[in-house]
Amino acid sequence: METLLPFMIGTLFAVGLYFILHRHLFKVILGLILFGLATNLFLFLVGGITRGSSAIIRQHHEVAAEPFADPVPQALLLTAVVIGFGIQSFAIVLIRRVYQAFKSNNLDDIRKENDTR
Amino acid sequence: MHPDLLLVLPLLIPLYGTLLCLFLWQREVWQSIMTGVVQLLWLGSVLLLLREVLSAHVVSTQIGNWPAPFGITLVADMFSVLMLVAAAVASLAVYLYALQGLDLTRQRFGYFPLLLLLQMGISGVCLTGDLFNMFVWFEVLLICCFALLSLGGSKSQLEGTLKYVTINFLASGLLLSGIGVVYSLYGSLNLAELAVLVREPHHPNLPLLSMASVFFLVGFGIKSAIFPLFFWLPASYHAPPIAISALIAGLVTKVGIYAFIRLFTLVFVSDSGITLPLLAGLSALTMLVGVIGAAAQTDFKKILSFHIISQIGYMLMGLAIFTPLALAGSIFFILHNILVKTNLFLVSGLVAQRYRTFSLKKLGGVYLLQPVLALLFLLTALSLAGTPPLSGFWGKLMLAKGGLEAGNYILVTVSLGVSLITLFSMTKIWNEVFWKPRPRTDRPDTILPPVSKLRRRMAYLPVVFLLACILGMGIFASPIVRFSERAADGLLQVQPYTDTVLAKSKPEQVEESKQIHETALHP
Repeated sequence: METLLPFMIGTLFAVGLYFILHRHLFKVILGLILFGLATNLFLFLVGGITRGSSAIIRQHHEVAAEPFADPVPQALLLTAVVIGFGIQSFAIVLIRRVYQAFKSNNLDDIRKENDTR
Repeated sequence: MHPDLLLVLPLLIPLYGTLLCLFLWQREVWQSIMTGVVQLLWLGSVLLLLREVLSAHVVSTQIGNWPAPFGITLVADMFSVLMLVAAAVASLAVYLYALQGLDLTRQRFGYFPLLLLLQMGISGVCLTGDLFNMFVWFEVLLICCFALLSLGGSKSQLEGTLKYVTINFLASGLLLSGIGVVYSLYGSLNLAELAVLVREPHHPNLPLLSMASVFFLVGFGIKSAIFPLFFWLPASYHAPPIAISALIAGLVTKVGIYAFIRLFTLVFVSDSGITLPLLAGLSALTMLVGVIGAAAQTDFKKILSFHIISQIGYMLMGLAIFTPLALAGSIFFILHNILVKTNLFLVSGLVAQRYRTFSLKKLGGVYLLQPVLALLFLLTALSLAGTPPLSGFWGKLMLAKGGLEAGNYILVTVSLGVSLITLFSMTKIWNEVFWKPRPRTDRPDTILPPVSKLRRRMAYLPVVFLLACILGMGIFASPIVRFSERAADGLLQVQPYTDTVLAKSKPEQVEESKQIHETALHP
């Protein structure tokens, strides 16, 4: 798992970045979503993965039994997912408004129209 | 008042203001009254906090009374409080401008609640003592910026916002990755604890810290528009109306620089042999490219936008020199720049309100029609360029002196040269907008008739208010210089900061919270 995930995250980063640089706005949304996913997974992975055990303290114990998964990266990840969701939904609405205003989904058209005005 | 409460108030006041504004949805008169009250309260709370910090140096509190490295920490030291004071003054002026300078539709559909929420974000970034919370507050601030930039939905605004959202999403992703790396290296996100950990000379992960710092260099570099990551700024700042762009241009990039200076003095200090020359190079290039870009523009707002970039270079310069005097210069310069930049944007808004354009070619002869406005612009512009005895001069003097003492001759030469080009650029605006005769146009009706005397005076009020602050800062520079020096000392000597934050988790409190836990677990 720990050897496979870095390659997957790297691919996600690359694909996300490629889509963000695309001139088609729908692909920009896809890029933002993939890039967000990649950062979240990166955060998850870099915090260290422990399988099969959570940091729940058993009854009549003071501390959780080793080895347990560090809950902090998971908490960070959860917050980051929510924030990313908010920003992505804003971006989707924004791009829809852009499409309504310019009648185009292509960044080149938008630029041309703003330059000529 | 209790210091813990003082730390929370700058966050709570705008939050409750926003909530009340949402209850008064679409009633812009009530919303504006509400917002005015909140602005004054915010300024008041920040000034109280300043008084507290003057006597106690560093004030900190733990939300929910969880001991320090685990809970949510709020900290105020001189630097953060000075930032907040400048932000409060600038946003009060922008609010006064928006009352008469922003169209009613935008006022009705959420300008005021967004303004307040943006202010909460700024307080959050300045007062937080935790790396991840800083990221979260930045997102609060950014989502308000997104909404404000696209408020009204004109075509150029939409295009500008699209760029802003995309580039900031990228920057936030990088910051988040950096936070993950820092956590994996040191197992902590509390800034004070990190500051202690990175100063241990034999920590096994110390060499990897500079790798983590690269994430923050690029992330905050994008957010504060450092060379070569600034291209989005002129493209998105010129689009929205002045009541919005003045606030964002004046404040948000400076908050980015604040976070940058905070992290690179507190946490990422290990490899100063590499980072300081790198920062020096970046700061020189940022100054140069910004000012050269401005020289090529012929639009009032765009010239000012490029100057933002150039001045970010000065703020970085103090960090690159890294002596107490130079850092104090940087801090003074940030405070001065928040006020001056906001004021210049407001002046350009006042000009455009009457002449309906920002283009230098179409403007002219304002001096004859509105001599007072011309005077207000001239004083602010000279202050930006750094003519003594105005406020910009003191900041640049401290930076140059600090640079010369540290032997950074090239950086100082570049900064002084850039000052000269700034003066040229301001003279260009002065010549084109105020001094040259008004160009003949086909449409004689482009000048709007002057509005009633009272309304015109109301419109000048925010600019005069800010100019009074700028002049005050220039003439009575010595107390503010002293404050900046204290803030710089606080940045360079982290001992009081870390002690104040971490001491709250020392024995008796840990014991106390342990007892609370035990009683909660075994009732």
